[in-house]
Amino acid sequence: MSVVKEKELQVAALKNGTAIDHIPSEQLFKVVSLLEVEKITTPVTIGYNLDSKKMGKKGILKIADKFFEEDEINRISLIAPCVKLNIIRNYQVVEKKLVSLPDELLGLVKCNNPKCITNNEPMKTRFKVIDKETVTLQCHYCEMKTKKEDIVLL
Amino acid sequence: MKKDSFVSIADCSKESIVRIIQKTEFFEQNPNQKLLEGMICASLFFEPSTRTRLSFETAVNRLRGRVIGFSDAATTSSSKGETLKDTIKMVSNYADVIIMRHYLEGAARYASEITDIPIINAGDGANQHPSQTMLDMYSIFKTQRKLEDLTITMAGDLKYGRTVHSLLTGMSHFNPTFHLVAPEELKLPDIYKQFLDKQAIRYFEHTDFSPEVINESDILYMTRVQRERFTDLMEYEKVKNVYVLNNKMLDASKDNLRILHPLPRVNEIAYDVDDNPKAYYFEQAKNGVFARQAIICEVLGIN
Repeated sequence: MSVVKEKELQVAALKNGTAIDHIPSEQLFKVVSLLEVEKITTPVTIGYNLDSKKMGKKGILKIADKFFEEDEINRISLIAPCVKLNIIRNYQVVEKKLVSLPDELLGLVKCNNPKCITNNEPMKTRFKVIDKETVTLQCHYCEMKTKKEDIVLL
Repeated sequence: MKKDSFVSIADCSKESIVRIIQKTEFFEQNPNQKLLEGMICASLFFEPSTRTRLSFETAVNRLRGRVIGFSDAATTSSSKGETLKDTIKMVSNYADVIIMRHYLEGAARYASEITDIPIINAGDGANQHPSQTMLDMYSIFKTQRKLEDLTITMAGDLKYGRTVHSLLTGMSHFNPTFHLVAPEELKLPDIYKQFLDKQAIRYFEHTDFSPEVINESDILYMTRVQRERFTDLMEYEKVKNVYVLNNKMLDASKDNLRILHPLPRVNEIAYDVDDNPKAYYFEQAKNGVFARQAIICEVLGIN
């Protein structure tokens, strides 16, 4: 097997759309579900367990003709904070973005307090991100704080 | 009319706290006012709390308002599975203000988001009980004639005691010094210590309820170790009698020291303290009606 062959793209190139790279393999399908990829009607390539020099194994998502809004994409920052976004137009990367944690998370995280109103009423949860560095959240309703390792997604 | 719910003491600015305290003082001197004439106040107690309910309903009655409501959710549609949202929406059609007590944490905040009439939180689970905080702060103001620069000792259950957490938050505007006396198991949670650090408020933690701490204090805030907050009853038995205040311990205390307690007490204050002029807990409870009159007027924008 030649060296050239090794360098071949692991996933087909995208003409127009968004390529999300460096997704930790174990988080890939969570990212897929958070971005509601199943509702997208344009072609989507999902790469799983691809070789990565930096990460060992990684996941990639390439979504044709889709350009995410900031708050849409920031949802994934909770589980995959180092993800890189490439905006592609005519096979060229025209913009690179890093995801960042928003100030508030709506309907995304479960409150771990069983006596919280959000676990007892048909309603959306709401969290304030009170520390972006350590990823500490506070429930807007019961005011209980949740540390990164205790975060449970809905 | 301005609509402004009263859900958490953390939402209250220094100005609004001072304004409510001034109003409370006014109602103590003039309790019977026709300020709520023609108005209906809903008193929704999804969890029974006789003391708080009677205090709020007395406040409404002294202001000549009318009260509708219930004192136990067992008799309402919520026992049939009606959501809180539906109950609040329905009652909002009838009343000018809702006073609510709920066993779930965050219930009052949620209610305030689904209705246009003001919500007064009369306790949401273990979370907030801001009208208690206002009467505590009024009691401090009344006995010390100021709120600024006081040394406040809190003893007992600092972990689960929501009155402690709210009082820390409320007093944080007034440059206090706190002594926090609690057993290891019931120490103030880290998040409140971080809050105090952030506000640059001086606090000292003690496990020993020593005369030195008492003698430095302007206010001694005693709390009950609440049985219902424990999942492990063995743990409760171990800590329930740790800090008991008796009259002898007050011998060298400051003249202006006053002892507060949110009540009910069990045995954390010995009965021989009751006759000491520094015991203030019964008068403190009486201030509850005036503070609640002030809160109702504040949320309804009545001056």
